Amino acid sequence: MTDETAVKRIWVFIEQEEGRAHQVSWELMGAATRLSKELEGSQVEGVLLGYNVAHIAEEAYRYGASRVYLIEDPVLEKYRNLPYSVGASKLVQKYKPEIFLIGATTLGRDLGSSIATRVRTGLTADCTELAIDPNLKILAATRPTFGGNLMATILCRTHRPQMATVRPRVLPLPEPLPTATGELIRESLDLSEDDIPVKHVGFIPREGGLNIEYADVIVAGGRGLGSPDGIKLLEELAGLLGGVVGVSRPLVDAGWISYEHQVGQTGKTVRPKLYIAAGISGAVQHRVGMANSDFILAINTDPNAPIFQIASLGIVGDLYEVIPELINQVKAMQQGTERS
Amino acid sequence: MHTVVAIKQVPDTTNVRINPETGTLIREGVPAIINPYDLHAVELAVRLKEHFGGKVTVITMGPPKAAEALIECVEQGADRCILITDRKFAAADTLATSYVLARAIEALQEEGPIDLYLFGLQAIDGDTAQVGPGVATRLNVPLISYALHIESIDPEARVAVVHRKTERGIEVLRTRLPALLTVLKEIAPVQRAPLPNLIRAARYKPEVWSSTDPVPFDQDQIGIRGSPTVVGRAYTPAPRQAGDIIRVSELGLQECVKRALQNVQASGAVDLASIVDAKRPTDGNGGEHS
Ligand SMILES: Cc1cc2nc3c(=O)[nH]c(=O)nc-3n(C[C@H](O)[C@H](O)[C@H](O)COP(=O)(O)OP(=O)(O)OC[C@H]3O[C@@H](n4cnc5c(N)ncnc54)[C@H](O)[C@@H]3O)c2cc1C
Ligand SMILES: Nc1ncnc2c1ncn2[C@@H]1O[C@H](COP(=O)(O)O)[C@@H](O)[C@H]1O
Repeated sequence: MTDETAVKRIWVFIEQEEGRAHQVSWELMGAATRLSKELEGSQVEGVLLGYNVAHIAEEAYRYGASRVYLIEDPVLEKYRNLPYSVGASKLVQKYKPEIFLIGATTLGRDLGSSIATRVRTGLTADCTELAIDPNLKILAATRPTFGGNLMATILCRTHRPQMATVRPRVLPLPEPLPTATGELIRESLDLSEDDIPVKHVGFIPREGGLNIEYADVIVAGGRGLGSPDGIKLLEELAGLLGGVVGVSRPLVDAGWISYEHQVGQTGKTVRPKLYIAAGISGAVQHRVGMANSDFILAINTDPNAPIFQIASLGIVGDLYEVIPELINQVKAMQQGTERS
Repeated sequence: MHTVVAIKQVPDTTNVRINPETGTLIREGVPAIINPYDLHAVELAVRLKEHFGGKVTVITMGPPKAAEALIECVEQGADRCILITDRKFAAADTLATSYVLARAIEALQEEGPIDLYLFGLQAIDGDTAQVGPGVATRLNVPLISYALHIESIDPEARVAVVHRKTERGIEVLRTRLPALLTVLKEIAPVQRAPLPNLIRAARYKPEVWSSTDPVPFDQDQIGIRGSPTVVGRAYTPAPRQAGDIIRVSELGLQECVKRALQNVQASGAVDLASIVDAKRPTDGNGGEHS
């Protein structure tokens, strides 16, 4: 039998809402699995809090968890800081994980800092890269600072767990193993509704339901559009490609389109298969949000625009000529396959 | 109603430049500003004071220069400002920062009751969004992060209803007071400072607290000693490998677009031709929660 206390536990917080896991949890599970290969004696485990959520543990095993710690309690039905942070901290104190990874969502950012404060450890926010330092055998968590101008690798040498948050879509989603199973450990919370000072009294769902983080194709425009009408052109191409519209920040600041569409450091991080950047210069704050796209097609009138430094293919030209032509040719391709 | 606001002075990251040879930050000439979110927090506190009476106290931990930021808060309408400054606080991470701010707030609590704590969502120099939640946890007061709007607040009954923005929409939360909010910019539009405030600010000197006086901070929990995280290495991000650049002026429009589409197809990233009858993902949750 393995010595339980010697296991170096790499934990992933499994974020869920209404019984459905957030994909960032599995992205983190993939990262944890990679870290575990570099850290001898380590094991990937999930932490799941909620009410009627036990089924998610099965999914966690398939994404690489060998064990899931589960706290199910009615007070955990909807996320609130106090019961979630108390519950997760209790698990940390009992099982003493080496590393604890959390998604940098609104939930994860609210929760992560509270756990780190309760257990008095370090937390590195919004990491873009996680590795094990080959000499120190500790987590090397890399994140952009100063508006994405600088990358800093943060270490937490003496305090445990070493905590980090990572934004959705920064890490790739691993392939699940359909047959994998694991061990479920149930723990209790011992808090009652009366102990919790915050109550949910309503919810206003977001209109439109745009989800640019998880789009496969993004057609993005920047200040080069020149006028809000240009967005219609982006929408037309995006529609053809089954994609969504993204923008650089000035367009949101100008009120041409809602914040939900903004890509970059203060917007969304995206990782589409195809990112078309039209009339976007490629400032570092924009690039940090999209540089992980599989294929970047840049369209810009200025051959020296920095976006070309990261584009898989760059077209020096006017977007008002290039995009309509793209629309024509894509339509022709799609009609071609329809006929055959 | 007594509101305490925590603000941070930050470099204006719009103007940050990196020395390409050393990969280090060029700090000279970078203007310092009040963290933009914190401005809105101060504004909210001032609006609440106008409505309910009471006072606004602003605290910051930072270098002596951060006094400038506090003076600006007085211009906005803050009554009392405290600068917590000492060499010993230097190189604090979020854990050490939340310790100092929470401890300072406890000292203020001893002087009289506080109804609300306001923090910015995040400071733009680090974007960590950790200090507010950390302080709430230390003070054991309810936390509402990503606060967008205060629907109602009743200092007598000690309750507030606050809107919190998440990826899926807006949560309407009722909290007991005192509570700690980390705020988005929408929480209160910043108004121009009225003249009497400017006059008062011109003469105002913030209170200065050190690491020992009036609050004897635990020296093991402040500054670099109190910070579990350290920066191992800093570097400028490596650029992604650039591909070909083609010009409409040389190849012509049709040829450029044709090549672009061929390139996309050849990369295998997406099969453009197969996206017939493309459906736009309309499910609000679709990918977010698998
Ligand atoms: C703290 C901070 C956070 C930030 N966060 C973000 C963020 O999250 N996301 C973001 O995008 N930005 C962000 N920014 C802003 C960022 O620094 C840039 O200002 C912004 O990305 C520039 O947008 P742009 O490329 O659309 O505009 P510009 O830089 O003005 O570029 C417009 C481009 O369009 C080209 N162009 C003009 N006409 C045409 C035409 N007809 N056809 C083709 N090309 C044309 C021009 O050659 C130019 O390259 C942030 C800045 C700061 C300081
Ligand atoms: N040194 C500081 N002094 C006072 N308040 C701070 C300090 N650092 C952070 N804060 C507050 O915490 C918020 C979040 O900062 P951060 O966690 O660093 O992103 C800021 O908007 C401020 O309200």
